[in-house]
Amino acid sequence: MAELFAQYNYVIVIILMMTGLYTIFASRNLIKKLAGLSVFQTSVFLLYITISKIKGGQPPILLEDKKYGYDEDGYALLDGPISVAAGDASYILPGPGSDVIYSNPLPHVLILTAIVVGVATLAIGLALVVRIREVYHTIEEDEIEAADFIYNLEGTAD
Amino acid sequence: MALLNYFPDWLLVHGPGFLMALPLLMAAVTALLPNKRIGWISTFIVTAILTVTAFGIALYNIEVGTFIYKMGGWAPPHGISLYIDALNAPLVLLVALMAFITVIYALPATIAEIKPNKRAPFYAAFLLCIAGLLGMVVTGDAFNVFVFLEVSSISTYTLVAMGAARDRRALSAAYNYLILGSIGATFFVIGIGFLYMETGTLNMADMARILADLDGGSRVAKVAFGFIIIGLGLKLAMFPLHTWLPGAYAHSPTPVTAFLASTATKAALYLLLRFTFFVFDPSFAYVADVLMFVLVGLGVIGMLFASLTAIFQTDVRRMLAFSSVAQVGYMLLGIGIATTASVAAGYLHILNHAIIKGGLFLALGAMWYRFGITRMEDFRGLGKTMPLTMGAFTISGLSLIGVPFTAGFVSKINLAGAAADAGWWWAVGVIMLTSILALVYIGRLLLIAYFQSPPEVDGAVVKRNEAPLAMLIPIWTLAILSIVIGIESDLIVEASVRAAELLLGAG
Repeated sequence: MAELFAQYNYVIVIILMMTGLYTIFASRNLIKKLAGLSVFQTSVFLLYITISKIKGGQPPILLEDKKYGYDEDGYALLDGPISVAAGDASYILPGPGSDVIYSNPLPHVLILTAIVVGVATLAIGLALVVRIREVYHTIEEDEIEAADFIYNLEGTAD
Repeated sequence: MALLNYFPDWLLVHGPGFLMALPLLMAAVTALLPNKRIGWISTFIVTAILTVTAFGIALYNIEVGTFIYKMGGWAPPHGISLYIDALNAPLVLLVALMAFITVIYALPATIAEIKPNKRAPFYAAFLLCIAGLLGMVVTGDAFNVFVFLEVSSISTYTLVAMGAARDRRALSAAYNYLILGSIGATFFVIGIGFLYMETGTLNMADMARILADLDGGSRVAKVAFGFIIIGLGLKLAMFPLHTWLPGAYAHSPTPVTAFLASTATKAALYLLLRFTFFVFDPSFAYVADVLMFVLVGLGVIGMLFASLTAIFQTDVRRMLAFSSVAQVGYMLLGIGIATTASVAAGYLHILNHAIIKGGLFLALGAMWYRFGITRMEDFRGLGKTMPLTMGAFTISGLSLIGVPFTAGFVSKINLAGAAADAGWWWAVGVIMLTSILALVYIGRLLLIAYFQSPPEVDGAVVKRNEAPLAMLIPIWTLAILSIVIGIESDLIVEASVRAAELLLGAG
């Protein structure tokens, strides 16, 4: 139990994820489903940020730009120690001789992309609901299915 | 190879990046064009260039083997790399070629099906979808896969919804696809997140190396694999996660259906191959278990269930959609048996089924274009009223059943042979049984089309009214391709064996 409290952000991720999924499957209202989808996607953002954050970790900001040799195609290799600004002292980033704890920036960047994707999905979803409301005059899935019942039975649209 | 000399060097070297950058840029340009024919011309030129580039890349791949394109000059594993190897080169060509063929067909089809003020956005979304599919096939970066998966999916939702001008059910079909597709993509990205936790890298080749060093990895890697399989399963319409597919295929505009049926699920199947055999490895116990029990099990149940459901459909497009779910079962069966021969057969079926289903859906679209029909009983006398379209439909239909000298026969005989070699005789039986079921639903349609007389409208028998040339050319191209593969199968079988050997090693 203590472990659960120590890693409470994972617990929150799971709660959000299950809440979102349950809302998608349980509700028959198109807008509520989209809300569930958003909650579900948000839980993933939290998951990614959780795995990149380290307690006391510093933001990895370069103090000076050093080149550490080139590979056979002439591309710069960044595998040696690199100085970063953290707090008011300068530290050295990964590689040999590193003594600073820093948060991984990559998942943050990834999740920025995922947030954009989530916004785009939600926008398309809401636009579809608007169009559905125009055509069917309802956003309840049961009523839409009832309205389409005769179409499905006869197999033609008009 | 002599043909390769005709391609400029820069096109081959930068080809992988060019393939996804060109449609992505041109989508933005096309969206701003007026809703006249110019949108179609722009899309036509782009897809033609893509097809030529993809052909060059496929040849180049045969010549030099696997090659890597470093995006922006950043070396992998830190930078994003694009990968071309024997597994994705044929699929790149398939996506580009199917896009090109569909675009030819789309000229008359969009005029009939898409509202005039939506035509430029239609082509823009179409180009975005192509960019997404090509991107997810060529990329060697796991998160990049997710991004391109969503680019193609989001544009697909809009494309499906544009069928609303013809059939209002397209809206709810697009909505359902959006909900399920987003759940699938989110599951996939959760899986990628867990994989990143385990390996600390996003480059697929690097992941593969680290996972092999860890001997399959801890529970985190297992959970990641589960999430990825379910996410991709939703995208590739693995039974029972296929419920979005029949609606999306039956109600979207006809060019979209043909393009989706022949590329979207195929790209997801490619990702399944890439993740199960390349990033993960069947030598890990949990991967072997999933292949054996989940993919084969669901594949076989899907084959039987979807084939039976297809028989009882009244709408022909819905029937073919269920048939697609069944055919995905064949591919999953081939992948699940996990011998080199069976994976090659599954891969071959991915390519062949794209050509077959593309041809069938295009022919159905032409029938809707002329007579506005999608119901089975309305197909009376089509053998007389649309003999050329119906002829191509018949060839593709026979190919779907697996009649000798057609593409479907080549992949089914390879799959059955691979299953028999692995000692899976019951699987051979299932393949035979579902082929008979395919004969029932395709045969029923052919009977109605050829042996019933054309209906009477306003007291006069419907006269011959053939589809326009812009539709007949793509339809017959695919039908003839299906026969050519059936007779001269060596080239495509070799390509699929090369792909399987890349994944599993020779033997």
